Amino acid sequence: MSNTFSRGDVERVARLARLELTGDEKDLFARQLAGILAYAEQIQRVPTEGVEPTSHAGDAAALREDTVVPSLPREESLAAAPDADPSAGLFKVPRVLA
Amino acid sequence: MDVPIDVQSIRDAVARRELSASDVCRATLDRIAALDPPLNAFRTVARDQALARAAELDGRRDGANLPLLGVPIALKDNMCTRGVPTTASSRILEHYIPPYNATVVARLEAAGAVIVGKTNCDEFAMGSSTENSAYGPTRNPWAPDRTPGGSSGGSAAAVAAGMVPVALGSDTGGSIRQPAALCGVVGFKPSYGRVSRYGLLAFASSLDQIGPFGSSVKDVALVLNVIAGHDAADSTSSQVAVPDFCAAVEGDGDLRGVRIGVPRHLFGDGVDAEVMAAYDAAIEVSRNRGAEIVEVRLDHSPEAIPVYYVIATAEASANLARYDGVRYGYRAKDATTLGEMYDRTRGQGFGREVKRRIILGTYVLSAGYYDAYYRKAQQVRTLIRNDYDRAFASADVIAMPTSPTAAFKLGERTEDPVQMYLSDVFTVGANLAGLPGISVPCGFTSARLPIGLQFTGRAMEDATLLRVADAYERATSWSKEKPRVASELSR
Repeated sequence: MSNTFSRGDVERVARLARLELTGDEKDLFARQLAGILAYAEQIQRVPTEGVEPTSHAGDAAALREDTVVPSLPREESLAAAPDADPSAGLFKVPRVLA
Repeated sequence: MDVPIDVQSIRDAVARRELSASDVCRATLDRIAALDPPLNAFRTVARDQALARAAELDGRRDGANLPLLGVPIALKDNMCTRGVPTTASSRILEHYIPPYNATVVARLEAAGAVIVGKTNCDEFAMGSSTENSAYGPTRNPWAPDRTPGGSSGGSAAAVAAGMVPVALGSDTGGSIRQPAALCGVVGFKPSYGRVSRYGLLAFASSLDQIGPFGSSVKDVALVLNVIAGHDAADSTSSQVAVPDFCAAVEGDGDLRGVRIGVPRHLFGDGVDAEVMAAYDAAIEVSRNRGAEIVEVRLDHSPEAIPVYYVIATAEASANLARYDGVRYGYRAKDATTLGEMYDRTRGQGFGREVKRRIILGTYVLSAGYYDAYYRKAQQVRTLIRNDYDRAFASADVIAMPTSPTAAFKLGERTEDPVQMYLSDVFTVGANLAGLPGISVPCGFTSARLPIGLQFTGRAMEDATLLRVADAYERATSWSKEKPRVASELSR
């Protein structure tokens, strides 16, 4: 694996993560992430052929009955929104297309 | 007024009506007002809600049966409290007031506890020093030019300074145990699944666990008794029956029959000499109490930090996708399209460490890198779990220093993320393997900075860990030492 992490890599990943970064942040993260990934390289040396991955440390998640239970009232759910139309029961966002 | 400092005495005094819950609450709020300004342990002091709650408890006739009647408690600011701001120390949630309570909050209130406020932390619990808070760092009560550790640094500092007897934190890679060690208090990370995560603002869901801070092992056991147990709202919470954790700390401190594992091969150059000396002395204390000391190996421990940072950031990048400026929290003002609004809201709302981790986590999950980083890390995680399983065949608990160094200076590690990440070298293994871990005070450096001793146990054997830690505590007096800021006020 390559240990370099360019400003272009940061921009590409930031687009995937929907995260606007300043020019300074892009340069800083390119440098720091190269360092972090170089450090993370050491896991490549561990032989893992045939080893099952662990995604969770606990018991397997227990499923519950699919029954209807009370949930938050709509007004309370909308109350914390930056922009909402409580009478219509809607969150409001800027238009989707420019 | 003299308010006792331990949980049982407060509860009993209120239950016997020697003190009212309101008296205890007012004394606690006064202490916070006097001590917190230079420390910045609290994000929010919920004065009005706490006093109203205490008055309500004083009016109840059935209060004497409640296990935490009138006991003041502080919560890390990443646990949802209905009607009380919950920010995770992030700008993106600056004005967020949750419409619901986390399960731990509901359980504490049902037990008669009085939530007095929310404590400062690293933003979204990402950090080891509480310097990543958007609202300024918390300072260590033992040395104000040093960090309290993190990410639950505010909770640790609040207990260390005697502002509250107990507090809750969350631990994803050491975020309860490491600040407990650096602040000279007891901090307990329960087994994964022992405490419901419902209402905990998620960082890395397969690693996160809520747990208590206190001035003694008994105090954390009393709180754990209340918050532990299955919750239908958290499908990962365990169905295993909850024992009485207090029974584990009511022994005579005898450790005969207990095997304590020592992974000495891990204690290399990175561990401070004074920390190592305190650790060795602590092992001798346990041996003198009758414990058998056995050498164990955790061969994949050196890889635990990189495995942790791949897995934790991957999970974080998914968990933090919800902060998009639509349903709650901050929204960027100047966006004209939805996409622009997402990008700018997140760019302006998140701090540097959170952005760094979102980028790293997104990268290790992206096409072409998933197998090399994420899947590989999950496989090494399996090997780390297997190491612990093997070690626990010959030992009942494993003892390590909690942190390789005592409290470090503010700003000392902020420029070098890898150096900061190494603070967690002895703690991340328990999270990766889902094990319980506890840090208890075990001495001081020559500069009078606290040192912590960590015990790790088998999954769901939290009570064994409490018993061993309690026995160590009974044989020493480190837990009773208080920083000068705490004692000056009571004089």
